[in-house]
Amino acid sequence: MSTHTHQGHDHGHDHDGHEHEGMLEDVELSERARRVLAMEELLAEKGVVDRTEVQRLIDFQEARSPVDGARVVARAWTDPDYKGRLLSDPEGALLELGYPLVGSAKLAVLENTDAVHHLVVCTLCSCYPTSLLGLPPDWYKSFAYRSRAVVDPRGVMREFGLDVGDTEVRVVDSTADLRYLVLPQRPAGTEGMTEEELVALVTRDSMIGVGVALAPVA
Amino acid sequence: MSGVHDMGGRPNDDPIDQSQHILSDWERHTHAMVGVLREKRLITTDELRRGIESIAPQEYERLSYYERWSASLETLLVEKGLVTQEEIDARAEVLREKWG
Repeated sequence: MSTHTHQGHDHGHDHDGHEHEGMLEDVELSERARRVLAMEELLAEKGVVDRTEVQRLIDFQEARSPVDGARVVARAWTDPDYKGRLLSDPEGALLELGYPLVGSAKLAVLENTDAVHHLVVCTLCSCYPTSLLGLPPDWYKSFAYRSRAVVDPRGVMREFGLDVGDTEVRVVDSTADLRYLVLPQRPAGTEGMTEEELVALVTRDSMIGVGVALAPVA
Repeated sequence: MSGVHDMGGRPNDDPIDQSQHILSDWERHTHAMVGVLREKRLITTDELRRGIESIAPQEYERLSYYERWSASLETLLVEKGLVTQEEIDARAEVLREKWG
């Protein structure tokens, strides 16, 4: 762990700005960092956790990204049978492509159509399909998004540049036990594209519902 | 009356800040430690949330996301007797002296 490099000063020197008000935030963050490292060291010394296990999880999480979700979506766009399995048994369908769901939470896949657009939020905290998409973006965890998505979803989506017009909007609130992945609509004009080409059109935001899949470059 | 964490529908006119910060090492380690302890069935997601949701409202709003997580983790480790508060405090102090 190299938390100490974030303090922005040389180690062992005494001029770290404890007295400077402007540094308060830095000092608070590094105090929190010290407590986290203290917990990890103590747990390791007591044999409760092995620090290589912590690093393994960090590596796993960093290896996940919205591209993994995009591959799932592109497969569903090009293979109707796969799409059926994805909607009825998301966990099994993800495993087919090599993406195990980690943890006890279930995943539901919500298909956007001409008639219905889904928007995902976690009003209570930050629940998100991290084992597929990676960690959620900061805005997903923000108080503004958590508060507003359920009462003004269209206004929220407009802030992201999305206007779904008269389409019915369904907002789903994630829980610790059930997370959601939006299956965005396949854009028009992509009929001749390969699955691999389609992957590039699937954005993270389109799988949360604040965006739609990108239009193909003409 | 709902708790501070129950934010759905709460009046809020703030625009959504779409900027992204790069996670610090201590944030990654917090997340991963929770994951390892969860795999070992030493803590559950619900316990982590209970720890976060029991942070005093003003403190909840002041702390960053992983500050809330790590505060909850600390609460749970002490509650479960995996580590004592004194041990954490003492080790954090050692680390402060080591790094200045």
